[in-house]
Amino acid sequence: MFIINCPYCGDRDQTEFSCHGEAHIPRPTETAKMTDDEWGEYVFFRTNPKGYHRERWLHDHGCRRWFNALRHTVTDEFVATYKIEDPRPPIPGEGGRS
Amino acid sequence: MSQPQRLSAGGSIDRSKLLSFMFDGRQYTGYQGDTLASALLANGVRLMGRSFKYHRPRGAIAAGSEEPNALVQLETGAYTEPNTRATCIELYDGLVAKSQNRWPNLEFDVGAVNSLVARFLPAGFYYKTFMWPASMWMTYEKFIRKAAGLGVSPVDDDPDVYHGTYAHCDVLVIGGGPAGIAAATAAANGGARIILLDEGNDFGGGLLGTSDNAASTSYIDGALQVLEQNDNVRLLSRTTATGYYDYNYITALEKVTDHLGPANGGDAPRQRFWKIRAKQVVIAAGSIERPLIFADNDRPGVMLANAVGTYINRYGVLPGNDVVVFTNNDSAYQVALDAAAAGATVTTVDTRRNVSSELKSKLEQNNIRLFEGHAISSVQGSKGVESVRIMQLSEDGESVQGQAWEIVCTCVATSGGWTPSCHMFSQSGGKLKYDESIAGFIPDPSKAKVSSPNFSAGACNGSFTTHACIEQGIAAGAKAAAAVGKTASASSVNAFAVSEIAQGAIAPLWLVPTVHPVGEGKAKHFHDFQNDVTAADIHLAAREGFVSVEHLKRYTTTGMATDQGKTSNLNALAIMANIQGVSIPEVGTTTFRPPYTPLTFGAVGGQESRELFIQERKTPMHEHHVANGAVFEDVGDWKRPWYFPQAGEDMHAAVQRETLAVRESVGMLDASTLGKIDIQGKDAVKLLEMVYTNNWQKLAIGSCRYGLMLNEHGMIFDDGVTTRLGENHFHMTTTTGGAARVMSWLEEWLQTEWPEWEVYCTSVTEQWAVMAINGPNARDLLQELTDIDVSKESFPFMTMREGSVAGVPARVYRISFTGELSYEINVPARYGRHLIEALTEAGKKYDLVPYGTEAMHVLRAEKGFIIVGQDTDGTVTPHDMDMDWIVSKTKEEYLGNRAQVRVDTKRDKRPQLIGLLTEDPTVVLPEGAHIVAEVLDKPPMPTIGHVTSSYMSPNAGRSIALAVLQDGINRKGETVSLAMMDGSVHQALVTDTVFVDKEGVRVRG
Repeated sequence: MFIINCPYCGDRDQTEFSCHGEAHIPRPTETAKMTDDEWGEYVFFRTNPKGYHRERWLHDHGCRRWFNALRHTVTDEFVATYKIEDPRPPIPGEGGRS
Repeated sequence: MSQPQRLSAGGSIDRSKLLSFMFDGRQYTGYQGDTLASALLANGVRLMGRSFKYHRPRGAIAAGSEEPNALVQLETGAYTEPNTRATCIELYDGLVAKSQNRWPNLEFDVGAVNSLVARFLPAGFYYKTFMWPASMWMTYEKFIRKAAGLGVSPVDDDPDVYHGTYAHCDVLVIGGGPAGIAAATAAANGGARIILLDEGNDFGGGLLGTSDNAASTSYIDGALQVLEQNDNVRLLSRTTATGYYDYNYITALEKVTDHLGPANGGDAPRQRFWKIRAKQVVIAAGSIERPLIFADNDRPGVMLANAVGTYINRYGVLPGNDVVVFTNNDSAYQVALDAAAAGATVTTVDTRRNVSSELKSKLEQNNIRLFEGHAISSVQGSKGVESVRIMQLSEDGESVQGQAWEIVCTCVATSGGWTPSCHMFSQSGGKLKYDESIAGFIPDPSKAKVSSPNFSAGACNGSFTTHACIEQGIAAGAKAAAAVGKTASASSVNAFAVSEIAQGAIAPLWLVPTVHPVGEGKAKHFHDFQNDVTAADIHLAAREGFVSVEHLKRYTTTGMATDQGKTSNLNALAIMANIQGVSIPEVGTTTFRPPYTPLTFGAVGGQESRELFIQERKTPMHEHHVANGAVFEDVGDWKRPWYFPQAGEDMHAAVQRETLAVRESVGMLDASTLGKIDIQGKDAVKLLEMVYTNNWQKLAIGSCRYGLMLNEHGMIFDDGVTTRLGENHFHMTTTTGGAARVMSWLEEWLQTEWPEWEVYCTSVTEQWAVMAINGPNARDLLQELTDIDVSKESFPFMTMREGSVAGVPARVYRISFTGELSYEINVPARYGRHLIEALTEAGKKYDLVPYGTEAMHVLRAEKGFIIVGQDTDGTVTPHDMDMDWIVSKTKEEYLGNRAQVRVDTKRDKRPQLIGLLTEDPTVVLPEGAHIVAEVLDKPPMPTIGHVTSSYMSPNAGRSIALAVLQDGINRKGETVSLAMMDGSVHQALVTDTVFVDKEGVRVRG
């Protein structure tokens, strides 16, 4: 049961939140021009890494704001949580790659 | 004489408080401070239960929570609890317990025949035997469950009260033995907020069962006194840490009043479930002794050495007058000395040949005979040990040889060494490492999970002397305090000297040989007592190719009983390692999982039970419905009137009457539960354009429009009517069950995809009370109560008007879910009761009828209006619902647009919504009934669709149904067959979905 730092409310218990998968996947524009494969890529395919993962979280039972988190999928360590409009914090140990 | 095995003095029991209790219908006595197990042993009762699979006679082997055998059915009636460990039940006056898994009684058990046919019940027996033919499993299972059951679940409602509570602390210390007390003391001295918990009723851990009590007791008492006076310290006895979860979230079960007996706890709850968030954790969980695995080592009277010591020293009970101590390490020597001091005749059998001269001389001084390099080769006695035979061990420990000595005894105290209790560390996400010097796994702090910082100290860390435990406890407590920013002065804990015999140099002997190879002869080597798993089963599993320890565990069920293999796991791993010729760490360990010991469901639920288990939402008109005899149904969390039966009416009669009344005159429905979202902002139209399939740009102010929402798979997920209240202001309605989902959906897109849009969504579901009046007289009824011009011309269909209704401000929407002339009157929630009363009064002359959700369902089905979630199931596109009319052909983008032209969503012959009219108009098809392509003698038959809604329609004068059918839209006019569960078949005509007023005249009336 994680403790998650909501960028709006501070540290809160995981039970207040829900996770909604990989972050930074914008909805395509001009979808009519996309092939079925391209559309399928957007809807169904995710990177699912073993390691650091940027993902979307919602503070359901709190401020009801969406935000992003950088979490390690093995250790469950939250490196950072950040607002939707914030720049991406770097991934640890990768020379500041964001 | 009562309590023949009770010593005349000693122990921490209160001999002035004699308690009486019943076991298997017989009356016994014990003392305050006993456990059920210690009291039974005091009375000479060794046989306490029958085993799980073979129904072998069993007694207690332990004195603590690791006990696998002595499981009893505690108390009776509603208070009964199965599988409780006699070693953990504190005795109280009037206690009633029964042994388990025996019939007709414990002494004579029919099921014990399993033991005679044991060669036919090997590992994996159930998998191999009863899985074929698969259809018979259902038959076998009942009998297997009965024969292999443990206790019996209570039938009655649990009368006890349970509490759940949250707690936060700087340092949580798990375990109140020497290490835990030292850690708590050190951390508390630094000013940290501490919780110290222990599963026992007293703090002291292993020291409570040892004989050298003076120094240890004074240390414990002194330290506890200081801790008790510290406001920053919470001491929880009778509290077991059951689970260790991420970010130092620990659950613990406190048995608050169990020790007082049923219904004796006063106002206190029976148990309390703690949910603790700790910044740092010190794990001081101690260790568990392992049995040596010798032939027929499960006979009652064979016990762990430390248990024998604990019964003598803590409870003043000598488990047997003739004791054989059988060990491969030093710690059991203290037990030999304690038993001798208590008056027993003691023989010690050590598998080692190099026992220290110091230990030897101690035995000699106490007239204890020692056999070095020997082992127990067999046990005599079926319902309890009567004697053992011992033989010399070969040099390699693989066989026994020479002459067998027969030693008469009623108790065997066995020690195979000590296994650190790594459960909590492992559950925290840490990995274990193997320590050859103690022959066991210990925590590897370099492989701990960073998000759950903790320190292990004492026996659970592989340090078995009291001195080392205290030292490590102090160090761990100080480190934990420092980690939370406090400074601990380590020197403030005064260690003390105890002369003790610890594990010493252990010589592992994982399987004690006998005259037959393992698996041959009648004798069994049990390592997992509770699940009746023997060394032979592990050999068999290995022969059958189960190499992975996780497979081994599941195939043999070793370690999978309610004790989770506390006494058995390491032995099982070691036997497997020997077979494979690899080291124990190469075999690896299985995963430790919560709960550490079994816990009550009631405690997990806590206060959130019965009427508090799920919240109920009620509309402002609820009490009026109750007064009018409504029968309610649950929709989402809401209580909605289902139907309003009049005297003598059943549900069918009431629904038929209500349904007819609406179309004949006028009916009213409480529609307050529909989701309502207020949408404002200059980009509100943009939002609606994206989330609905149709066009919203040109909707006039004061007009309403129906909309369908799709997910990105192109599937329908909600629908409702949205009204334009102003240029940039809309009122959206959703389904009752979908309200929260739709709100979240809008917020998700607005916040994550279009944060720059200026749109604000507010849930106003509970701000409005809504009554829908439906029927040809709805206008006349409304006219009586409002100042709004309700004429056809000035208040047309699909518009909204504001005004006053029954003297209160209202928004009236002329929209319809029945196909009738209909108004949905919205008033501020606080006027809801007033509105329904005013309608009831004014409606008298129109024979106004209140109707419920069931009549509403019939009415909408008569018009072919879908209910999302009933006629759709998440795999349905607008086209599948024959609703192309609502999908914009001109909009470039909206959610779900692209998915509708995917190969699969645009293919022909998808299941599509149609109407069905049965050949026999009196037949109401069951919802879910399958439309089959051809009728066969018996299932399976190829299915081409199913019924989604089905009712008797009084307005159509016959039964009607909606269904999805492959290529249904092109099959109208065909007759299809529906196969029923009972084998009968109905024919039905495929029609369109509108059964009443096909031209749609009434709604515009």
